[in-house]
Amino acid sequence: MSDRLFVATRKGVFTVARRKGRARPRWAVARTHFLGDNASMVLPDRRDGSVYVALGHGHFGVKLHRSRDGGKTWEPCATPAYPPKPDGLDEREPNSGRPIPWNTELVWALEPGHASEPGVLWCGTIPGGLFRSRDRGGSWQLVESLWRHPKRPGWFGGGAELPGVHSVCVDPRDARHVTVGVSCGGVWVTRDAGANWRCQADGMRAAYMPPERQGDPDVQDPHHLVQCGANPDVLWVQHHNGVFRSTDGAASWHEIETVKPSAFGFAVAVHPDDPDTAWFVPGVSDEHRIPVKGRVVVARTRNGGKSFQVLTQGLPQAHAYDLTYRHGLDIDEMGDRLAFGTTTGSLWISENQGDSWETVAEHLPPVYSVRFA
Amino acid sequence: MARVTFTQNIQRYVSCPPVDAEGATVREVLEGVFAANPPAREYVLDDQGAVRRHMVVFVNGRQIRDRAGLSDSVPADGEVCVMQALSGG
Repeated sequence: MSDRLFVATRKGVFTVARRKGRARPRWAVARTHFLGDNASMVLPDRRDGSVYVALGHGHFGVKLHRSRDGGKTWEPCATPAYPPKPDGLDEREPNSGRPIPWNTELVWALEPGHASEPGVLWCGTIPGGLFRSRDRGGSWQLVESLWRHPKRPGWFGGGAELPGVHSVCVDPRDARHVTVGVSCGGVWVTRDAGANWRCQADGMRAAYMPPERQGDPDVQDPHHLVQCGANPDVLWVQHHNGVFRSTDGAASWHEIETVKPSAFGFAVAVHPDDPDTAWFVPGVSDEHRIPVKGRVVVARTRNGGKSFQVLTQGLPQAHAYDLTYRHGLDIDEMGDRLAFGTTTGSLWISENQGDSWETVAEHLPPVYSVRFA
Repeated sequence: MARVTFTQNIQRYVSCPPVDAEGATVREVLEGVFAANPPAREYVLDDQGAVRRHMVVFVNGRQIRDRAGLSDSVPADGEVCVMQALSGG
């Protein structure tokens, strides 16, 4: 059971801790880090207690920092960097025609490697490069096999304008098996530690494409991809226009159409031990990125998506316009505690799988990432 | 020797005191500065070695033209100012 949560926001990183005794609220901000700086991602690495933060300075670029003492002190570590762009190469984002920069524009995913590889980290970026570190962020290597894949230049941007890797799932059974989510470019899988990659999004549907292309795997926009730790063949995706689930390791996907009150959203969490239990934070639609009827709710299924419960206890049910981004929802390693933070600076935590929620904060900066330590 | 100064705002993240450096072009001058102060490099230049999108470099008060190649010339006693642009804040 985790008693500590890290929250990365537009204006800094916050440690939220569970207070002892009968103090209410039970959870409160305990420490601030990088106050004023834009933090796109935070990763508390449960393998060794390190914490990593990705900052995106408007003028000075993306920077990574690491703490070995739970956030008391920080040191800069290496930032993933792209190799020299070949002379004369004209790569452009397909929709806007904007040249694809060979430059780390945003750290959009930061994940620990397999338990058997303690120094390994994975980092997904905009404009689409996936990086791996073997020395706790001391250095990074671009996964060239994916970046140079002939289909990669076809990836396109969504709300972020440039394509990017936002989800990295390492199979707990096999360090060589890694599944990544790309907006927009589908779900990509390697089973040989990154030597070869295949797009595996069969069964997904892209409503924003003409009918003849809606089923193409590599035009899919998985907003976020998660994998069940106890049954890694089960993956859940909150997609741009729906929710999809795979029970065969991304070989095939089927659409879940029962999500209430809406199938639109960004965030998804799956129970670490129960592949049939998952949570979503729905919005109205891609054109109305606000909660349905101004009510903040969490949708939970306990039966693999056959039905959903709409969880509201402790959440505002009138004129609340919080949007939860893709990394704004997390579940702890035991599977009872959940947290989500929103674009309007609200943060809620549940200790009973979402049955009820405690308001931790209402005035944080826009929340990008919440992670239990 | 050119005199190189940096925006005050960068000092919050990486120490960049004023420094004298040799070089006939902006590239040569700045690479000389960064050789002695490696952490400063990635705060000013991007992965491709170009001036970051929201940074600007002036030589004797004139903004440089070649933001990718940094080939603008620097007089022997030139003043090179590395500033942040008003954009990108």
